[in-house]
Amino acid sequence: MTLGITIVSHVPDIAAGLPKLLTQVAADVPLTYAGGTDDGDIGTSMAKISQAFDDNAADEILAFYDLGSAKMNLEMAQEMSDKTIHLYDTALIEGAYTAASLLEAGVPLADVEEQLKPLKIK
Amino acid sequence: MALTVDNLTEWINAFAQKVTDKKDYLSELDTPIGDGDHGNNMARGVKAVQESLDAKAPADLTAAFKQIAMALISKVGGASGPLYGTAFLEMAKKSKDSTEIADLFAAADAGIKKRGGAQAGDKTMVDVWEPLAAKLASGSLTQAEIDEAVNSTEEMIAKKGRASYLGERSSGHLDPGAMSSGYLFTALIETEGIL
Ligand SMILES: Nc1ncnc2c1ncn2[C@@H]1O[C@H](COP(=O)(O)OP(=O)(O)OP(=O)(O)O)[C@@H](O)[C@H]1O
Ligand SMILES: [Mg+2]
Repeated sequence: MTLGITIVSHVPDIAAGLPKLLTQVAADVPLTYAGGTDDGDIGTSMAKISQAFDDNAADEILAFYDLGSAKMNLEMAQEMSDKTIHLYDTALIEGAYTAASLLEAGVPLADVEEQLKPLKIK
Repeated sequence: MALTVDNLTEWINAFAQKVTDKKDYLSELDTPIGDGDHGNNMARGVKAVQESLDAKAPADLTAAFKQIAMALISKVGGASGPLYGTAFLEMAKKSKDSTEIADLFAAADAGIKKRGGAQAGDKTMVDVWEPLAAKLASGSLTQAEIDEAVNSTEEMIAKKGRASYLGERSSGHLDPGAMSSGYLFTALIETEGIL
């Protein structure tokens, strides 16, 4: 069973940009992202999030998001996905960076979650 | 009086018309306390709903509610997409064992609260859905009651959604999602034969 990360942002550039920071420390962690609406505008899309879950090579995914509707669309995609999806209400960058570094080091999920707890902001 | 695919379609078309007519106003309401896109989001959503219903006439109420929900979920793009989408999905589920308007709206209201985590008083569409679903359960709904629910959001301090980042400064503005929800209820009471 592998663990991967999915990033969801309202802004396509943010969603595409954060993985650049993460791959520096987590080259082997499966990483996918969903940014913006279907039309590439600012917002979130359940279809794009579902696609990012499907495209992720891992069968268990830690998901990080920026604001409001991203979480709602994430939860709907989570309900429809066959994979196990964990959602974290952390600061997006710090949360995803923490998870990426620890997963790369082979740290078990429970310990990763422990490290994420103080980063919860929403 | 009963809900049918025909009068549901009429109701939704009336809602779509109001949203389209008030698109700029809804986005204006979203500007001081949000990102100014609510009218555009909703107009895009209701257009997709109408296209879906035109392309494929639903076989029954459950199918109709589901089509409406899926169009909103896939096209709105903002928080109102999953929220309205969940409301109609919950109505689709409920419609399998009841077509009573009161039952359908109770299910929708519960769905919105679950999806967004907001409660009454948080300055969101819940401040319209919760009291008006209760009015429907008691058997009647008037435009004055709809206006009262929408207007009640003006003085509230937002606890959910984009407006919540403004804290106390969110007070003094109507909530855009409450206003668009008001249109849905107005369209409902204006459609002959449902209530
Ligand atoms: N958590 C929530 N629970 C209930 N209603 C909410 C919630 N968050 C937002 N809303 C409603 O959604 C409306 C805003 O819808 P809109 O289409 O503008 O989405 P948005 O806030 O711009 O979404 P996003 O932040 O994803 O861009 C608000 O006026 C409010 O009524
Ligand atoms: Mg908005």
